[in-house]
Amino acid sequence: MTTNTSLAGGATTRRRRISSGGFRVFTYASLVLIIAPAVWILLGVLFRALGHWRWDVLWTPLTAAGGGLRDQILGTLLLMAGVLILAGTVGVLAGIHLSEMAKIKKNGKESGGVLRTASDILSGFPSIVLGYVGYAALVLYFHWGFSYLAAVIILSVMVVPYIAKTTENSLRQVPTGYREGAEALGMSMGYSLRKVVLKTALPGIVTGLLLALAIAGGETAPLIYTANFANKIPHSVTHASFPYLTYVVFSFYDSSQVSYHYLAYDAALILVVMVLLLLVASRILVSLTQRHAEGSRTRARTPRAPKPPMPAEEEPPTLLDLPSRA
Amino acid sequence: MTSVGGVGGDVPATPPGRSAPRDSLFRRVGDALRANEEKGWRWSARVAVILPLVALVFAITVLALKAWPAIRVNGWYFLYGKNWTYGDSYGATVYTHGVAHASGAQFGAWPIIAGTLQSSFIAIVVAVPLSIGAAFALTERMPGWISRPLGYAIEILAGIPSVVIGLWGLLTFGPWLAKNIYPIVASIASGLPNVEPFSYFRQPVGSGEGLLTAGLVLGMMIIPIITSTTRELFVQVPTLPKEGGEALGMTHWEVANRITLPWVRSGIIGGTVLGLGRALGETIAVVLVGGASLRLAPNIYQPFGTIAATILTQLDGAQADGTGFAVATLAELALVLAVISVVVNLAARAIISRTSRSGGPVGSGA
Repeated sequence: MTTNTSLAGGATTRRRRISSGGFRVFTYASLVLIIAPAVWILLGVLFRALGHWRWDVLWTPLTAAGGGLRDQILGTLLLMAGVLILAGTVGVLAGIHLSEMAKIKKNGKESGGVLRTASDILSGFPSIVLGYVGYAALVLYFHWGFSYLAAVIILSVMVVPYIAKTTENSLRQVPTGYREGAEALGMSMGYSLRKVVLKTALPGIVTGLLLALAIAGGETAPLIYTANFANKIPHSVTHASFPYLTYVVFSFYDSSQVSYHYLAYDAALILVVMVLLLLVASRILVSLTQRHAEGSRTRARTPRAPKPPMPAEEEPPTLLDLPSRA
Repeated sequence: MTSVGGVGGDVPATPPGRSAPRDSLFRRVGDALRANEEKGWRWSARVAVILPLVALVFAITVLALKAWPAIRVNGWYFLYGKNWTYGDSYGATVYTHGVAHASGAQFGAWPIIAGTLQSSFIAIVVAVPLSIGAAFALTERMPGWISRPLGYAIEILAGIPSVVIGLWGLLTFGPWLAKNIYPIVASIASGLPNVEPFSYFRQPVGSGEGLLTAGLVLGMMIIPIITSTTRELFVQVPTLPKEGGEALGMTHWEVANRITLPWVRSGIIGGTVLGLGRALGETIAVVLVGGASLRLAPNIYQPFGTIAATILTQLDGAQADGTGFAVATLAELALVLAVISVVVNLAARAIISRTSRSGGPVGSGA
């Protein structure tokens, strides 16, 4: 074959060599073109903020003259906490249902198909649309006004599908033998779920929760529609605009006051650090508990014909499980 | 649960059927809870799993109700009209089909619908080849100890809040492009015949705030999605056909082009459509980088608007309309975007589920 080609003419061989070399260059170049902007953004954020960084930004309140971002940082953390409680509860329970309780129907399909589709569609829903719904329904119609409660609910609606999916995936990685063993010992379904199945799947679930918090904390558009913005944390969960960090980045950069520009850069840095901490925490958690996943890849329970709709993450949840994060 | 204690012989088991006589209240409540634990799990999980569906139906209902007056008055003009004006808010209120709106108000969303499609198209054109190339580099060319950290770097790119990417695009990336890259592109374009696609690239290149910059930034934001999808697909391609190809003397490019890519083609399309959904709905970065215009961009470097960006930027303007009609029109915009995103998501789902069932085209048995 080789001789044949070379006999047929050097042109073909050269063309093949060039295409192969070109392909190799292309793959590396595209990797560089993807990583470089990420590094550029991180360094850009770092240097813009570091030039004039003051630590007291973290604990002084925002004033007309400048001040710090104390209430904005706290506000973002409080929003995350609210999302953790609300979306965490609903999402984990929904994931439990999808993994442990959905039954296989006679036609080989799984019950809960409609619910899964709804969850997928919701995960791809543009966050600004959810923000508008929050504005029309919660802020105006329910007369809550711009408020913490409306913001937490809308953010939760955004991340519940993500949490449900990561929970479902981690539950499915729990070996069937664990469930069978628990049943053989006479444990009730609820007890074995709590003491055996959830315990084993916990690292994956917590990882998913951390990443969901990173998504929620970095969100801006729906918050503008539901929480508006405030300088200070209000005393009420309704009828009071709520402070958070992303708005500072979004709107302070072109303020007429230079001190506000600096606050925008500081807020960007704080946000990036928060997200990175959550990502690193999730990675550490995964690597600490990897042993549970080892050798237990056999799929739980009966045949599971339809694969999960999005590319199934075999292993720990990543941020990329959910495409919608606008 | 109570029966577990009885297995161990001399373990003092609770007599079946009744609890010890002097149990405290706490103990009894605890027992009751434990007895009903399974029921509790089942019911709470059932309620939780229905909530996403409820939220979805609720969202679409709210949008439809809110948008209904606007749909009736704007009619088809909304989809093809090019003029977006709030009319005279101090003038007389006009009634059309019984709906109050400011006189002279006209809402044609074509420029922003087109802007949404244009920017997402640019994003896809940029992101797909780069993602496929990078996924190849990560899976086929590198040992795990290099590719894993690089994979984390891509995940970090996915995790950077979009407002931060937008600010970087506005203050750093856009000006840099307008200074160093766009003039070169424009000068190449001016050498080409002055017809539609080429003339769109001609001067003036502006400040870097506009359609092309927004498309590139959107591309960056969807690259992680497409790369990770593609990467997972490549890992699933069996080694045997690839080795067979190599053994037949195929080059790396030929193996990639004739074996690996055909194997995962529709999966890549599915991942691309997922990325497209994300690009269509991205708001804050486009507001910052795209210039938030309500007109069609005269050339590819100029400010433009998308549906999502307009919903955000026009809220203040719309609230100034005392009749509430402008806010209803924003709901109509949101409804259009919601419908587009539902269609795109269902399409992606259909494509992906089709691919994950059937085998690849070559040597599926491997």
